[in-house]
Amino acid sequence: MSDRFAVARVSDVPDGERLIVDVGGRSVGVFNVGGRYHALLNRCPHAGGELCRGELLGLLESDAPGEYRHDPTRKLLACPWHGWEFDIETGQSYFDPARTRVRRYGVVVEPGEALAEQVQTGESRLAGELVQGPYVAETFPIAVEDDYLVVTLRAS
Amino acid sequence: MSGRQVLARADLIGVRQSWDGPIIDADVHAVVPSLDALRPHLSEQWLEFIDERGVPEPWGVAVTYPPNAETTARAEWRPADGRPAASDLDLLRQHVLDPLEVDFAIVTCCYGIDSIRHPDFAAALAAAVNDWLIEEWLSKEPRLRAALVVPPRHPEQMLAEIERAGSHPGFVQVLMPVRSDRPYGNRIWHPVLCAMAERELVMGLHWGGTADGPPSPTGWPSWFVEEYAAEQQVYMAQLTSLIAEGVFQAAPGLRIAVGEIGFAWLPSLMWRLSKEWKGLRRDIPWVRDPPADLIRRHMRFTVAPMDAGPAEDMAEIVEWLGSDELLMFATDYPHGHELPFDRLLAATPEAARPKLMAENARRLYGLGEAAG
Repeated sequence: MSDRFAVARVSDVPDGERLIVDVGGRSVGVFNVGGRYHALLNRCPHAGGELCRGELLGLLESDAPGEYRHDPTRKLLACPWHGWEFDIETGQSYFDPARTRVRRYGVVVEPGEALAEQVQTGESRLAGELVQGPYVAETFPIAVEDDYLVVTLRAS
Repeated sequence: MSGRQVLARADLIGVRQSWDGPIIDADVHAVVPSLDALRPHLSEQWLEFIDERGVPEPWGVAVTYPPNAETTARAEWRPADGRPAASDLDLLRQHVLDPLEVDFAIVTCCYGIDSIRHPDFAAALAAAVNDWLIEEWLSKEPRLRAALVVPPRHPEQMLAEIERAGSHPGFVQVLMPVRSDRPYGNRIWHPVLCAMAERELVMGLHWGGTADGPPSPTGWPSWFVEEYAAEQQVYMAQLTSLIAEGVFQAAPGLRIAVGEIGFAWLPSLMWRLSKEWKGLRRDIPWVRDPPADLIRRHMRFTVAPMDAGPAEDMAEIVEWLGSDELLMFATDYPHGHELPFDRLLAATPEAARPKLMAENARRLYGLGEAAG
């Protein structure tokens, strides 16, 4: 079975927005940060909070008391439970980048035409197809003129 | 009475029964016997001020150490002639330096300078105490090193006294009473803390101080016991401030000796600070390392009074510190505490015992081999 899942139309996730989708039974947050897409497991490695519902904050660092270096182009996702910050680019936590990190997934943009073909050959699947239980699958028809976000569930 | 004295003495002698390696005592006290003792070190102007007004001893002395309290001096360490305990170098030799065969002892002199609100008299009296320490203690006993006494309220005066006397080789530390008008992490103190780091003087955070605020973080206690037994609250506030305000980023070389408060309270503070820092660190982005790491890197703790609980719990607390470089043996002479050093030694892994008894202090204060 393919581990590539089409999760949304590109137009569904404008710059600065996010979508939390069920991908193959996993809750995944797909983010658009300045036109770049990131997909993270929606589960904080600390205590299991829904990390992808947290605030996206600019990187804030300092070399000395009272001096601030704020980089709004580099985003960290702060878990809504305990505030732990994770770099959206790497999944690494701010305080322990080597050992505490959130799982990231690859996400690419596929034109509708290519995606439709991949779905037919089984190379890609539509997120939600396999979802069972109380969740309502978000399915969508593929339109050839649209672009789609495709998440690969292999950890990247 | 005599039975208690014998018991009290036994635990110091017990140190040499259970430890035959080097010893450095990181906290002994020298007590100014009276204001008269400082007269040779004060200018005519201040002598006139004292006599004209009838200036008494700084009241902070009796507040910090009530003269007749058991905690202020062990019965057997009080001179028979009624002089204050620890006001006589020979007695310090007899009671501690000789029987324990210490390589060195670090002298703290709490004279209540902090209780004087006259900024210039406070500065003059601090300088007099330092000159008295040099003349009566440091120059007479090569095993002694001391904490420099500084006027407590004005950073520029602190700097001036550090400048004036801080380069005397006998001073290895600057006495900072744990109770202060503002927490020591506050930026107003950074120039002073930087000066200490530059001169390789240790910041001696020590019991005492008569600050504007109450001695508990939440209001005035009614009794001395509340103040003395629970003063770790104020130490916790100071450690938290020093870390949160970025003192170790402003003065990366600063080292702190936390004195006369034990250490059993430390593991929980380290856990909590490190835990909350992970989620709240954006408030204080200059703190780039977990607070527990900063404590282990920059701070050392004298072990008396000892608060480590029953023997079976002590080893666990020692382990929870997460480092064998934090603790420094100290008698806190002449104060009256139960000091179960044999239990502490038993609770300390064998490889860590030389560090506890001498080497952590030797390294912190840059002391060489035994002075004798």
